Amino acid sequence: MQFKTTSSPYISSAGDVGSVMRQVLYALVPGTLATIWYFGWGVLIILIMAILFAVSLEAIMLKLRGRPIKPFITDYSAVLTAWLLALALPPLAPWWMVLIGVFFAIVVAKQLYGGLGYNPFNPAMIGYVVLLISFPLEMTNWLPPRMLAEHQLGFMESLGIIFSGTPTGNLTWDALTMATPLDEVKTGLSLDRTISEIRQSPLFGDFGGQGWEWVRNWFALGGFWLIYKKVIDWRIPVSLILGIVIISTPFFILNPDSYGSPAFHIFSGAVIVGAFYIATDPVSASTTPMGRWIYGAGIGILTYIIRSWGGYPDGLAFAVLLMNMAAPMIDYYTKPRVFGQRRQGP
Amino acid sequence: MSEPSLRKITQDGLWTNNAGLVQLLGLCPLLAVTSSVINGLGLGIASTITVTTSNILVSLIRHYVRPEVRVPVFVLIIASIVTAIELSMHAWFHDLYLILGIFIPLIVTNCVILGRAEAFASKHDVGRAALDGLMIGFGFTLVLVVLGGMRELVGNGTLLSQAHLMFGDIAKDWTLTLIEDYRGFLVAILPPGAFIGLGLLIAIKNVIDKKLEQRQPQVIKIETPAVTDGA
Repeated sequence: MQFKTTSSPYISSAGDVGSVMRQVLYALVPGTLATIWYFGWGVLIILIMAILFAVSLEAIMLKLRGRPIKPFITDYSAVLTAWLLALALPPLAPWWMVLIGVFFAIVVAKQLYGGLGYNPFNPAMIGYVVLLISFPLEMTNWLPPRMLAEHQLGFMESLGIIFSGTPTGNLTWDALTMATPLDEVKTGLSLDRTISEIRQSPLFGDFGGQGWEWVRNWFALGGFWLIYKKVIDWRIPVSLILGIVIISTPFFILNPDSYGSPAFHIFSGAVIVGAFYIATDPVSASTTPMGRWIYGAGIGILTYIIRSWGGYPDGLAFAVLLMNMAAPMIDYYTKPRVFGQRRQGP
Repeated sequence: MSEPSLRKITQDGLWTNNAGLVQLLGLCPLLAVTSSVINGLGLGIASTITVTTSNILVSLIRHYVRPEVRVPVFVLIIASIVTAIELSMHAWFHDLYLILGIFIPLIVTNCVILGRAEAFASKHDVGRAALDGLMIGFGFTLVLVVLGGMRELVGNGTLLSQAHLMFGDIAKDWTLTLIEDYRGFLVAILPPGAFIGLGLLIAIKNVIDKKLEQRQPQVIKIETPAVTDGA
């Protein structure tokens, strides 16, 4: 099969896949540490578990497909996928859910399509969406950030909950977990409360959720570093956030009681992580400069639409997958003109 | 055109040219109703009866219908058969009819049936057409049942649930619960599970074919699929 899309040079500074993946991993470290600080040891346990599962499954699949194992394992792409998936999972997700998520991400979405570079969809988001639509109950068991938590879970306690699936002692899920800010808004709006009433809850901070927004800041910091190092293209995060601002501002101005402010939408849920780390996946994103604007803005707008009028509190994962599907077509219609060629329509 | 042997018709319908796995025809009902073994079996049997009867009728009238009007005539025949089946299911298997719902009348548009009428029945004698219809239908049913079983097992941890809808009250306790206290894996029951499941079945078939080919390196046979998918 021949694709006529151009592939523009995506990275100018970095040398190979491994070094790109490693730099993205370094950029994720501050945000991940902040997540662990606010949401407890569970995040770290799930992160390590996901990476172990991902690397083992990747090795098994490479073996089955008769590919060399070492060069593909040491490019860290499986580690990055697992890391992003782990950040999307609730901090006390049971171990088998991590395994299923990683299985769908690595085996189904990545290796069955031909491995790194051939996957039309973002593997981490496939794993997340499969879990979200299959286990809606477990996927919403989010912990409150540390300043709101009545009980700080220790390392062994978290480990026990992840492996047994239920809280031990006199703890229950209801006592441990709390709605996420986006959940809270969705439920509150369905009860005919206004946004300003909902925001009275201690869950909310200046823009997004208390604690949550700080985690986002650290992730954004890593993202800026990636843009500075030219590992990711600035167009996708900028257009994604612009897309959210453009669509959410009119609704917020006309009816601030039922629609959250643009800042709230940017600082809650998956937008910051998604804009810098997920939507910029070099394989499944659009590759032309113009295409990246369309691709990013599309994700932003779809995320807002799913959040405001859809069935799920957050929609970034679905938006990324939908735009992944559209990426080849976007690339086709936004091919840059080769210098010296005549201007003509597509 | 030389008449294909009965053995070849059987083999084509069940395996080499399987409607579900190779021709990829009738995907709409195939993907939509196979959330359990019984649903798959119900739709499979209905499709088998339709394709067999329509093949027989089309083969009987093949010398009297002008080529210009053949497709409307085939569609009329298929539509009347499907209507009869729909009414009978409504009468005798009402609960199953309610589950399969729109997909029973939609058998009319199932391209397997029109495809076989056009590509096979209108060119061959009644006996061969009937056998072809039966085997294609049987192959299709097999895929429906296997896919339904896969999805039911992964999604709910059971097999043959709701068998009483088809076999009456004696089948009430046929349900096999293979995994006790299974939490359910919803994605297998939802539409994506159908696509992933069918993809895996096709992959398994290709692997088996490859293995068989390696075992006996014979004369290379060139097989062309009978029809290309239209819907």
